[in-house]
Amino acid sequence: MPLKLVPDNTNIGFVKLRFIAFALTLALTIGAGALLALRGLNLGVDFVGGLTMQVEFAQPPALDTLRGRVDRVGVGDSALQEFGNDRTILIRLPLPEGEEGAVQRVVGKVRTALEQNYKGVEFARVESVSGKVSDELITDGLWAVGLSMLFVALFTWFRFEWYFGVSTVVALVHDVVVTMGFFALTQLEFDLNIVAAVLTIIGYSLNDKVVIDDRIRENLRKYRQMDIKQIIDLSVNETLPRTVMTSVTLLAALIALLFLGPEVIFGFTAAMVLGIVVGTYSSIFVSSSLLITLGVKQRAAGTEDARAKGAERIG
Amino acid sequence: MLDFPKWKTWSMWATVVLCLLLALPNALAPSTLALIPDGLPKSQLPLGLDLRGGSHLMLEATALDVEKAKLESLEDTVRGELRSTEGGAIAITDLSLNRGRLTFTVTDLARLDQAISLLNKATAPLGVGNAREVEINRGSVPGQVIVTPTAAGIAAAIDGAMAQAVEVIRKRIDELGTREPTIVRQGKTRIVVQVPGLQDPEALKALLGKTAKLEFKLVDTAADPEEVAQGRAPPGSQILTSQEGGQVVVKRRAIITGDQLVDSQVTTDQNGAPAVSFRFDSTGGRRFAQATTENVGKPFAIILDGMVISAPNINEPILGGSGQISGNYTVQTANELAILLRSGKLPVELKVVEERTVGPDLGADSIKAGIIASIVAVLAVAGLMIMTYGRFGVYSVIALAINVLMILGIMSAAGFTLTLPGIAGMVLTIGAAVDANVLINERIREEQRKGRGVIASVETGFKEASRTIWDANSLNIIVAIIMFLFGSGPIKGFAVVLSIGIATSVFTAVTIVRWMVARWLTNARPATLSI
Repeated sequence: MPLKLVPDNTNIGFVKLRFIAFALTLALTIGAGALLALRGLNLGVDFVGGLTMQVEFAQPPALDTLRGRVDRVGVGDSALQEFGNDRTILIRLPLPEGEEGAVQRVVGKVRTALEQNYKGVEFARVESVSGKVSDELITDGLWAVGLSMLFVALFTWFRFEWYFGVSTVVALVHDVVVTMGFFALTQLEFDLNIVAAVLTIIGYSLNDKVVIDDRIRENLRKYRQMDIKQIIDLSVNETLPRTVMTSVTLLAALIALLFLGPEVIFGFTAAMVLGIVVGTYSSIFVSSSLLITLGVKQRAAGTEDARAKGAERIG
Repeated sequence: MLDFPKWKTWSMWATVVLCLLLALPNALAPSTLALIPDGLPKSQLPLGLDLRGGSHLMLEATALDVEKAKLESLEDTVRGELRSTEGGAIAITDLSLNRGRLTFTVTDLARLDQAISLLNKATAPLGVGNAREVEINRGSVPGQVIVTPTAAGIAAAIDGAMAQAVEVIRKRIDELGTREPTIVRQGKTRIVVQVPGLQDPEALKALLGKTAKLEFKLVDTAADPEEVAQGRAPPGSQILTSQEGGQVVVKRRAIITGDQLVDSQVTTDQNGAPAVSFRFDSTGGRRFAQATTENVGKPFAIILDGMVISAPNINEPILGGSGQISGNYTVQTANELAILLRSGKLPVELKVVEERTVGPDLGADSIKAGIIASIVAVLAVAGLMIMTYGRFGVYSVIALAINVLMILGIMSAAGFTLTLPGIAGMVLTIGAAVDANVLINERIREEQRKGRGVIASVETGFKEASRTIWDANSLNIIVAIIMFLFGSGPIKGFAVVLSIGIATSVFTAVTIVRWMVARWLTNARPATLSI
């Protein structure tokens, strides 16, 4: 007997729950937004410039002494953090004042200071980014996220109807804001890798929504007399096994990466895990029910026929 | 859907086999790899610096510096051209470099036209058409000439300087003996240097961060010390700081520069301390001999990157065309200077604006952890799929394996680099492939529940799911392309794998699985489906 994560022929009234879901979504988004505004992201050197060093010591160093020694280099307050184990310390220093090359001189000074004071110290990873480059990386990142959203909206509009585009983007904004809120809450470092994760979350969450939207469109054509609420419930229920199976499989793979994978991708995988949970939630409860609020009409489905047939040929 | 024409079967498997062949070199040892004849696929997928350790440095030149260097070389051109012309040297005064232009005044007004036409000939036209690298105009003062580099001239100068800088950097890095460095220009004023497996990035940065412009200039002994103390140098002279402390006034015009060096080595001076020896080419040697003969008894300054290293007296003419620089060097710093002088000066100053260095141990740890995690992830996915979909799950897992190998094959052949975000991209691609199969299988289940027959269910399942898969993956491709175009560094590596992976996962998860299912249905003709 094959395994079934979701029993056959479920009939859960998702549409009925939509006001609770909307309230929850709104609360989550506002909460995450507030966290972002008040606590802020722990932006990595990619975005604010400065330097990060992952240093491996032979003995666990006394953090206060170490901080003192790093601070004496004289470029501002250092932030120290254990990374994986107590012999590995992540040292963060802010962007020094002065011209573009200044941050490199700090790298040299810190290296020398540590090598003099600690025997057998090793620099596992050094990243330094100047102010100009970090500004560019921010701009690039914002463009990448913004344009992805825009093209997603345009594509869904073109393939479906405008209200699918709107509902999808609303749900995606929620996914992205909540994921970033998580980073504000945990103060995990937000760097370029996390932007890649956010973009991937957009991709996956999108997948979920397109699958459900596709089914709604198909059912709109199939059951012309059925009430729109019923059609949406039917479509979400029909695709539920797939939605759950895909998410569970991905989560299984990601959790393996989270706990067994290299420390460097911890933030990335954490973002992905959360993003998939949030994305699955918003696909099931939010984006499709939002169509009702946006006023999807039976009539619209009729005009859809010609386009959908063309689509079938492609598939 | 059971109908799979022969050509389709053949071309499908041909594609798979081709990609597997491309992936094959990755599994071979270097010794075996050497046996493969040229023309067959033999390129391995290179690992990114984050995986095998190494340094990634981004260097940037300031456009303003290039403009300044351009003006300085214009100064040389002006002086050179006007000095050696028929009818004797044309005397000029008030030469200055200000506000991005060069101005000077010709003393003998009668020769102004001759001077301008000489300069017109000496400055190069750019490409075809009327574009020139500089504009030459008369100033408001009689006899004054203004030379302004044009925008096109500055762009060409930046371009030339950067191309030259890449060559100089290559020479310097080769001197360090590092393996397979990557040195590429990025944008207008940047150069990215990637050196795998480097133990000491500080040595590399020390070599790249220095311009190494060596000049020999006469010391201006006639300068008024009081004027100098106030920062005012006599016309034709300039004030430089000395490495030994204090200031030295030197003539602006260099007797000779490092451009004419042919060799430079570490040596020891008369006190046994490390020093750097150098040798000029024949023209340089002659000029050095002449200048030292004419100035016996006077001091001259050895200047490196605008800093006076030492200012010895010329005790006797230096005729051999070689010399020695000493001044508080350790063996290491002397060696560094020798390398710098050998590889020539950088046409512009370069600054390290981004560094990402990963130690080799961390790289190895990351690979190990990455592999273990991937194996567990793949086992988890395969287990779930087979438990849920039985035979169809097995097909999906086979397709997944082919998928991963195809991605590796295409990436090896296309010369991409596998980075850590790339591995993450691969895991997500596996997700996309899994999703395609889940969509198909769930649809088949659904059709079965509606009471359709085996063949009809499978057919509808593939047909209906294909449309959704197509929609979803087109969108993902769009996102991946945007990531590639706008993302930087890790995001790009991630996007490359994702784009290739989406294409291969649709191919393997839809086409190959369909072929396997079709074969099974045709051969076994099952009465019921267990899915």
